This record gives sequence, C-alpha cells and structure tokens, in this order.
Amino acid sequence: MSETTRTKGVSRRTLLKGTASLAGLAAGSGAITGFPYVKSAETKVLRYLGTAVNEGDDISKQCLKDTGIKIEYITATTDDVTKRVMTQPNSFDVLDTEYFSLKKIVPSGNILALDARKIKQFDNITPVFTKGETPGGKKIGGQGTAPWKVLYLEGKDSKKFATSATEFVTLIPTVYNADTLGIRPDLIKRPISSWSELLNPEFKGKASILNIPSIGIMDAAMVVEATGKYKYADKGNMTKEEIDLTMKVMTEAKKAGQFRAFWKDFNESVNLMASGETVIQSMWSPAVTKVRSMGIACTFQPLKEGYRSWASGFCVSKGVSGAKLEWAYEFVNWFLSGYAGAYLNRQGYYSAVLSTAKAHMEPYEWAYWMEGKPAEKDIKAPDGSLLEKAGAVRDGGSYEDRMGGVACWNAVMDENDYMVRKWNEFIAA
Amino acid sequence: MDMSEEVLQQASPGLIPGSGTARAAKPTRLSPSFISWLQAGPMMLVFLAFFLIPLVFVVIVSFWDYNEYQLLPAFSGRGYTDTFEGCIAQLPDLCTIGKTYLKTLKLCFLVWAITLFIGFWVAYFLAFHVKSKTWQMGLSLLCTIPFWTSNVIRMIAWIPLLGRNGLVNSGLVKTGLINHPLEWLLFSEFSVVLALVHLFTFFMVVPIFNSMIRIDKSLIEAAYDAGATGVQTLVNVIIPLAKPGIVIGSIFVITIVMGDFITIGVMGGQQIAAAGKIIETRVNALQFPAAAANAVILLAITFLIITMMSRIVDIKKEL
Repeated sequence: MSETTRTKGVSRRTLLKGTASLAGLAAGSGAITGFPYVKSAETKVLRYLGTAVNEGDDISKQCLKDTGIKIEYITATTDDVTKRVMTQPNSFDVLDTEYFSLKKIVPSGNILALDARKIKQFDNITPVFTKGETPGGKKIGGQGTAPWKVLYLEGKDSKKFATSATEFVTLIPTVYNADTLGIRPDLIKRPISSWSELLNPEFKGKASILNIPSIGIMDAAMVVEATGKYKYADKGNMTKEEIDLTMKVMTEAKKAGQFRAFWKDFNESVNLMASGETVIQSMWSPAVTKVRSMGIACTFQPLKEGYRSWASGFCVSKGVSGAKLEWAYEFVNWFLSGYAGAYLNRQGYYSAVLSTAKAHMEPYEWAYWMEGKPAEKDIKAPDGSLLEKAGAVRDGGSYEDRMGGVACWNAVMDENDYMVRKWNEFIAA
Repeated sequence: MDMSEEVLQQASPGLIPGSGTARAAKPTRLSPSFISWLQAGPMMLVFLAFFLIPLVFVVIVSFWDYNEYQLLPAFSGRGYTDTFEGCIAQLPDLCTIGKTYLKTLKLCFLVWAITLFIGFWVAYFLAFHVKSKTWQMGLSLLCTIPFWTSNVIRMIAWIPLLGRNGLVNSGLVKTGLINHPLEWLLFSEFSVVLALVHLFTFFMVVPIFNSMIRIDKSLIEAAYDAGATGVQTLVNVIIPLAKPGIVIGSIFVITIVMGDFITIGVMGGQQIAAAGKIIETRVNALQFPAAAANAVILLAITFLIITMMSRIVDIKKEL
C-alpha cells in the first residue's frame, strides 16, 4: 500500500520542530486530530489532499505561476483519503476525492459544500455529471453511486443529497474515466467482448481482479451479470442475498484456481500483466498505458456489457473560511480553466469542462483522445514520452462511445459492512 | 524526552561506585531506589505513552459500535460477534476467522521452523568457525542485505525469478526436468514462506549468535576432553546455552509473521488470508471497532504463544 505523504514548504515543519516532543506525545495519545498551520500573509498556500491521479507537479507549478497559489500535495490511497477526512479534518484545505466516498464523508459533516455560483465554468461542466448523459445525448448507466445522484446538497449545512439542482455542490467535478478489463491480445489471440471472459476456464490461473472491496465487487457484479447467472436491480447497492450470490460465484472460481493473483497496488497490476502472469484482469487506464510503454501489447478492452466508471471532484474542509476559502475558489476556478483539463485528457482521463481543455490541446491530440480518430502524429504523454505512434486509435474510441457505454459507477452500498465481511471470507476461502 | 535520556546516560557512569568521576566524589542525597526509577523512568514513560495508553484505547474502541462514517461510543460486542460470525453455525466447517488463523498459524510455524534451522547454523558458523571479530561483523552485516531495498521492490523482484516465465521456470524447462512451468513457485504458500524466511532469518541469527558468542569456550573443550562427540556437545552444551537467543529470535519471528499482511498479500497474490489482512480491510472500510476487535484477538493469540515459549525458557533468569 503506498501511503506517501508529500509535503512541500517548511513552515509547518519548522513550527513542529519547536513543539516536537509535545506534539508527538499528544499525537501518540490520540489527542491531536490535525496539524496546526501557520497563516501566512505573503504566500497563498493550500493543502491539497487526494490520490495521485490529479496531483501532477506540472499542475501545481502552473497554478503557482497563474494564480500565486502554492499547492502542497498530500498524497494517499483512496481509502486513506477517506480515513483522513474522517479522523483529521483539519489536516487539509482542499479535498480531491471520489463521488462514491460522499456517502461516508457528507454525513460526517467534515466537509464544506462549494457555492456553484462562484464557479465560473459551472454551467459548462459536462452533462455527464449534471444530467447523466453525454454531450451527444446518450443516456449513461446510473447503477452505483452515480455523480448526479450526490452532486447537490439541500442546503449549506445539510447532510442530505438534493434530488434537483441547488447551488450547494458536494464536489466540483474534475476528472473521471470509464474502466474495463485489460487484456494481453498477443497471448489471448482472439477477440474478447464480454466481462464473462474473466471467469472463462480458458484463462485458468491467468486472470486477476482487484482486492479493493468497494471496486472489486463492482467488477465481480459485471462478470456475474455477463455470465447470465443473475441480473441485479442495482449492482451498486446489492441486497445481502445478492452479495452472497456474487461472492459464491467468485469463491467457486477462486477455489478452481481461476485467479493467478489479486492486486491492490497500481504497480502490482502493471507487473502481473507485463510479466505474463495474467492475461486478463481488472485494470486502470494509466496501468494499461504503462504496460504499453514497456513495449508489451495490452488493450483496455471495450466490452459489450459496458464500463465501470468513477469520478472525482473538489470540496474543502469544514475548517476553511475567510481568505483561505476565496483562494480555494480561485484554485478550483483555475483548475477548470483548461490547463489542468488538457493535462488530464492527455493521460487518458477526462476533464470536467471539455471546452476549456480543448482550447489547451492541439487539434490532433483532441481528435485522438476525445474523438476516437486515428492519431495524425505521434501521441505524447504530458511529460513528453511517446505513448502511441501515428495511426493508432484509442481503445474504446471516442468520448461519446466510452462514456456513453458506462453501465455502473463505483459505489458504497447500504450493506457495505456485510459486503466487507463477505469479501474477507472470499479472500480466506 | 530524548534530552533527559541522554542526560541520564551521561550521568549513569558517575553513579557506579569507584568510577572516580567528579560526580561520585560528591556525597549523593538520592536513594538508590530513586535512582533506579530515574534510570528506568524515560523508557517507562515512552512505553506508557506510545504503547500502553494506545493499547488501552484499542481495547476500549473494540467494544464500541460504529456506522458508515463514525464511531459510536456505546458498548457493543458487534466487533467481536461479527468476527466470529458463522463459527458455530458452519460447524464442522471452519468459519472465516478460524480458517484465517489456521492459515496464519501454519505459515507462522513453517517460517519459524525454517528460520530457526537456518538461523541456528548461520549463527553457529559465525560464532565457532569464524575466528576474527572483523569477519564476524562483516558477515553479520551481509545478513542485513534483504533490508536494503523497499518492501514493494523486494516483492516485485521475485516475479522475474519465480514467475511463469521467470528464471527458475525457464531454466527447469530448458534442462528438460519439467515440461510446463511450475505454477506453485509464485503466488502460493511456498512463495510466502520463501519471502518471509528470506527476510526474517536475520532476526534469528542475531540473538542466537549473541548467545553463542558468550558461551565459555573452555566448556566446549571440557566436553571434548570428557569424550563427548560433536553431536553430544551440540545437544548437551551449545543448544542449552543458546536457548535464550533461540527464544528471543523465535519471539521476533513469530510476532512479525503473525501480524504480517503485506508480504503475505504480495507473495500470496492477495489470495491467502492473514490475520493482519482482516484488520487492514476493516480499517480501510472505516470500521474501526471491528478492526480493533480483530487486533485484540490477534494480540491475545500472539501473547498466548509468547507466554508458552517463555514457560519453556525463563528469559529473565537466563539473561
């Protein structure tokens, strides 16, 4: 598990030094819930808690240049981000997290909803978030914690999600993607078109799934439904019986030796695939890119049952107010103004405001990443490294096709507690 | 806290009678028992603040209730009842927690037995066959090499060696010993035990070596003079005198392996249950009381094993 905490700047460290022993004692006894911070008049500093997805050094550098706001990244895994919001709400200013964690975070009262009227580009945010459809009008699957179900709160301090648009937004959308299975076409040597292939005995001992319960169960549900064994009312909110059934199917496969390994860490998934230990597995888009950049064939395979999607966005800690809150708005507005969006699009993710990102991308880049057209020139990553040669087409094609093909979203279920227990049972089986 | 410890360390030589420093020359008004407390105090405080108090919190929280996003400070045995769910209903099949602990104990036993065997002979070699102090030091340091890399790198490094297309498999296939790559080399109990032994043999070597180096060589000569064979000397002289080291090494290895979930996770392909893994999953799902309950259970079982071991050898007496 990669629990890295990166901090830039020394103000906090210097402060801590003086009171190190005292703070250490207090922290050890659990008396401290967050780090104290120094309010500085000269520099605008925001502590940014999130996963590594959005936290590019280029983004923070450009932000400092454009707005004078210094971003201090605090990087953690998805689970650890949520944990930190619950237990140390004063240890960050801006929070970048996924929509499915809102079901836990919002009732805790540790975050502050942002005012939609202060977000300049709010009306330009893709309808994927606001209406549950693509710009082209394709309806998107809403099973699980779809962003439009949890986008608005009823009031400023409300803990209830509003059913229609209000000005109080839980998370200002930033980035999202559609995930599917990754395959090794060179080793499988035939077309793959269904999630059910994950349990195909042909790939016995060569399949893998992620060992993160809240995401793994969604992939498992896609598989179960694809095999025709069961049709869920809502994969993202299973009943106890449905959880039992899903885990039974997966346990039988596990006992039969279907899975080579489960993975939990991004690098693990890359290594499994690159070494040929697995030929079909749940995967994330940048992991596929990484395998490909090693010169190994790997496809982020579109499947007929659709994609499992995720999305994340910004909110602020409840402890943020006054000038700091204004900086937070300034930062979020900057983030949606194009540079960051283009940066994310070039990594294979999608940006929330498409128009501004497009203005910051070359036409051939936009055509490759968003329109599913063959690359006119070589496609490069934000760091300049070669991703695809000219002529390549993005797996899954255009934005419309990929986002329009979403079947479900990462979710926290009502029966989450039961699901986690059953997942442990599955691992022990 | 660090400061006071240093001060005490500097002061302590002066407290030894006859050491001739300026401090000893002064008449001291502190009673010996007070001085002992003063010396032990800093460690005790650290122990209290960073071990005992947090431990008490863990036990308290393990009896709390919880929901999706917070701890509910009301007495509840839910953490425990959930953990033992199905243990009676599923009889004679084992429930999740039963299976998990059986697996953990099995891995623990295997790793303990193998590290003990290897560790004992490495220590024996270092203590009795390597004559020069420098070489003894140098060779002991070599044992720490597995710790020079990060955990994740170390794990990933096994894949090219043991994997389906790894060195071992391709070597065996080429020599014609096997036709198909051996699947059980990686992501299996075998690979878990291998990785744990590779890592933790060092924890056996050091205490056993430490015990052996203090064995009076004249005892071994006496045994030889009395006509004892090599095996007799080993069984009747060396092993009994190395016992404290063996027990301390065993405690190190057993406590680490019982709580390990990272190595077991990565080398077992996340398909092997471990007591520590259950705790991690619970913590990640923000179910802190359930995680605490599992931690208490793990602690109790580990404590039981350690108690049994210290019954066999009274470490305090032997030291």
